[in-house]
Amino acid sequence: MNDRENAVSNLDLETPEKPYLDSNELIINMGPQHPATHGVLRVILKLDGEKVLGTECVIGYLHRGVEKIAENRTYTMFNPYVDRMDYVAAVSNGLGYCQAVEKLLNVEAPPRANYIRVILTELNRIASHQLWLGTHALDIGAMTPLFYTFRDREEILKIFEKYCGARLTTHAFRIGGCQYETYAGFEKDVKNFLTFVAPKIGEYEELLTTNRIWLERTKNVGVISGPDAIALGVTGPVLRASGVKWDIRKAQPYANYSQFDFEIPTGKNGDTYDRYLVRMEEMRQSLRIIEQAVNGIPEGPIMAKVPKVIKPAVGEIYHSIEAPKGELGYFIVSDGSTQPYRVRVRPPSFVNLQALDVMVRGMLVADVVAVIGTLDIVLGEVDR
Amino acid sequence: MAEETKSPVPPPPPDGEKKPVTESVAPPAQAAAPPAAQKMPTPAAAPPKPAAPAKPAGPVPVPWSSPMVEKYRHQYGSGLEAHSYLGQNYFTVDRLLIPDFLKLLRDDEQFDYCVDITSVHYPKREKQFDVIWILYSFARNERIRVKTQIADGEGVPSAVSIWATANWLEREVYDMFGIKFDGHPDLKRILLPDGWKGFPLRKDYGILQQDQEWVKINLGIESGQ
Amino acid sequence: MLDSFMSYLGSTVTPGEANNQLWAMIYVLIIFAGVSVAVMAMNWLERKALAHFQVRLGPMRVGPHGLLQPIADAVKLLIKEDIIPAESDKFVFWIAPLIGLLASFTVYTVVPFGPSQAVSDMNIGILFMLGVSSLAVLGVVMAGWASNSHYPLIGALRSSAQMVSYEVAMGLAVVSAILMTSLHGAGLYGVAKLSDGTGTLSMIGIVQAQQEQQVWFLFKFFPLGLIAFVIFAIAMIAETNRAPFDLPEAESELTAGFHTEYSGLRWSLFMLAEYAAMIAVSSIAVTLWLGGWVRPFPHWLSGPTWDFIFALFPGLTFLGLGAIAFLGTVRMPKHAYFRVQTIGLAAFGAVLALIGVFLLAIVIGAKVSPHDILNRTTEGLSNVFWFVFKVAVFMYLYIWYRATWPRYRFDQLMRVGWKVMLPISLGVLIVTAIVGVLLG
Repeated sequence: MNDRENAVSNLDLETPEKPYLDSNELIINMGPQHPATHGVLRVILKLDGEKVLGTECVIGYLHRGVEKIAENRTYTMFNPYVDRMDYVAAVSNGLGYCQAVEKLLNVEAPPRANYIRVILTELNRIASHQLWLGTHALDIGAMTPLFYTFRDREEILKIFEKYCGARLTTHAFRIGGCQYETYAGFEKDVKNFLTFVAPKIGEYEELLTTNRIWLERTKNVGVISGPDAIALGVTGPVLRASGVKWDIRKAQPYANYSQFDFEIPTGKNGDTYDRYLVRMEEMRQSLRIIEQAVNGIPEGPIMAKVPKVIKPAVGEIYHSIEAPKGELGYFIVSDGSTQPYRVRVRPPSFVNLQALDVMVRGMLVADVVAVIGTLDIVLGEVDR
Repeated sequence: MAEETKSPVPPPPPDGEKKPVTESVAPPAQAAAPPAAQKMPTPAAAPPKPAAPAKPAGPVPVPWSSPMVEKYRHQYGSGLEAHSYLGQNYFTVDRLLIPDFLKLLRDDEQFDYCVDITSVHYPKREKQFDVIWILYSFARNERIRVKTQIADGEGVPSAVSIWATANWLEREVYDMFGIKFDGHPDLKRILLPDGWKGFPLRKDYGILQQDQEWVKINLGIESGQ
Repeated sequence: MLDSFMSYLGSTVTPGEANNQLWAMIYVLIIFAGVSVAVMAMNWLERKALAHFQVRLGPMRVGPHGLLQPIADAVKLLIKEDIIPAESDKFVFWIAPLIGLLASFTVYTVVPFGPSQAVSDMNIGILFMLGVSSLAVLGVVMAGWASNSHYPLIGALRSSAQMVSYEVAMGLAVVSAILMTSLHGAGLYGVAKLSDGTGTLSMIGIVQAQQEQQVWFLFKFFPLGLIAFVIFAIAMIAETNRAPFDLPEAESELTAGFHTEYSGLRWSLFMLAEYAAMIAVSSIAVTLWLGGWVRPFPHWLSGPTWDFIFALFPGLTFLGLGAIAFLGTVRMPKHAYFRVQTIGLAAFGAVLALIGVFLLAIVIGAKVSPHDILNRTTEGLSNVFWFVFKVAVFMYLYIWYRATWPRYRFDQLMRVGWKVMLPISLGVLIVTAIVGVLLG
């Protein structure tokens, strides 16, 4: 059903202006404005009836030149820009960038800052997965989980707002640690949230996990095998659902993830249903991490000794973290001045989106929407 | 936080070549650790950093050696160098070695995951572009970089036949820098519109610059730059 | 004219049989008005119930608790610009919604609200209903074709393929219910002949057969009747293109359905036809399996007192609705901006309560001082109420399904229709026939 030998070759598509003579094939455009493409993504489908013969993604509608901007801002000035890439999981973006610059400066954030960072990042992971679940279910037709997940996500956004003033693009961390001390009642809020959300995740599962229609729409849809996923550079829950048990938090721990006890959920078949299960379980594991972290926040400073003017030594560094969508990497080249010489962001959604072509070969049109949803792409990150 | 106001033109790279080949001299940039030492309360005409005061104890690239490195050094001799900066290992190889070396890394050394392919532009250098592959091996839990330097107009062999993920990554490098990858199945722009002229991430492309012709034709407006 | 009016008043047959055109017209007008009001109420209920399933409120501003929202929607649709695609076939474009509407409304000729409350009791009533409701497919295909755009065309073809496939299963389920009308035996498994006669296709006859056999066909030959009912219930959702079978008209799929190019009044005609079709197929289900207009437990809880108690239900329902409206009034925010809404809701509640009191008065009056007209009015009211109540339960279930389940992909939908529903309904039919013969 999936002809994988053509996995990476060019699609041999005509541009839409030229007429196509073969009457069996239809070229349909899922245009940039479409309720189901999670942003401005254009997918050109080559169909034979309902079957998809090939796809081509046209991206760049949200390209803002973030990497070019980075060369013209100082390290601290660039910090808010990274939130805007994956705007759903802004805290993770900030964490990756701040840690990359800290590595370049050869400083380490103090333990208390690391705990705060871990708590906020895992909260953001849950929020990102909740948004994913709501929109993915909506694409497949179940319209109620969307409202439930958004309602529960509000609690996380309230915590963010109390902490740093912003709900979505939080700019929560600074180079060297955190800027803001936790507000009075932070631990209580987080603990209340933990007890609040655990049964809610059960609610979502009750609606979907054993639902016959959900199973039919997601099982064996968008299958990608482990070796294919590795070759395509796919990371995150997509890779884990294909059976590769790899998570940067365990393989190359950053912040203080090595101190926490949590598991990496994996799937077996690499289909949409497995990715759904992996993300649901990841939410639960995030709750575990938050619980361990919030029960043991140490006292101490929240900011390391970092100079007022950040001028790292000449050199380059690559640092990556496990963002909710996959491996988010920052490759920063410093030339010794206050502005980075080059900042390269390795976006997980960009690389995951490449796998769309391989995953939908041979599927039906209705599955394309499901697969785009299950890849969990954010166009802000794909285009930067 | 005191920020120095910067003009849009990026600062020129420091005098010392970025090739950490023979000298292990720390380039005369300010290190992060003792910034106070640099802020001497002298008037504006501060002399260039004297060589005599303590060399700033900043990180420097150190040679990297491991069985894998030894093996390839034997094989490739002077075309390959291996260094380690801040704990991250990288090879600097000659451009001609590229397709074979990457293939060997994937097949023999199990670097089956190509994390990223990117490039950096040094306009003042003779070989202006650094092309960098970041590779990761699941089996060894090890991440390395492979760097090569090419001149403007030169192409680099494509890695698509080695890792499928190189497809879009190389397209983006082409889109932003203009580096052509030979053997790429479909090398066209990915983030910018198809008819765009210019390669934005090059240092000689201004930050406010736009392809005015494209804007005028396709959007029908004066781009106002 | 007046004698034509008066002569029917004492009759115990439908106007069709009594050959009374005036009353037939009156019934038609009542049904037309009733179905239109029901469609508007259904529209409101859908938005409110769906919203409450999704932890939100739904329309609240247009009229108290959004009660006037359907009227606002109707007005908006009526005053919209009538856009016709340039290259479309104008005549077909114009007539397609009318055909859909025709198919959906004509079936109400045989829907029985009581033993003589139907426009006409054809002796092939159920066949007529199934046949005419199938004409809706024609409207759908014509709409897709006339739009002259390949997305609506693909959507229309999908929609029509779906409707046609599920009609087969529907028809077979209906046939097993018809089989049961020929049994004439009382109770769950009774086939002993209580009376002579054959089975019947007439809608009123089917309900009367259930009355005679003292059991709803839902429970007859348990679980056969139940399975047939479930098959019909699922097939009727697919017939009307509702969730979870609404792929042809879902927004997040590629083809937005046959009514993409329709706007304003024409689109509202399609929606009207869809809701009317929903009510029509629900009426079939109620008539065939749920006992039609017969009140619950007519034989277990029989006798004049129980009759009286059950006859109180219509009035009590209206009083209950009025009470809910008053409760809403009490809970309205006490602010100047809400004054109009509070008054409106209170008035609405008062109207409902008055209707309830009026109905109760009739029923109590009939009990206290029996009089022919009062008795017959009570009976008629009761019949209509129970029928409408059962259909309303189905309407609520439609909305519940839409809120809960994702939608089937088209090929899975067709597979369910042909490979699951058809064999099961065929099997149920055969087993029902065999059991009927064996037990008899």
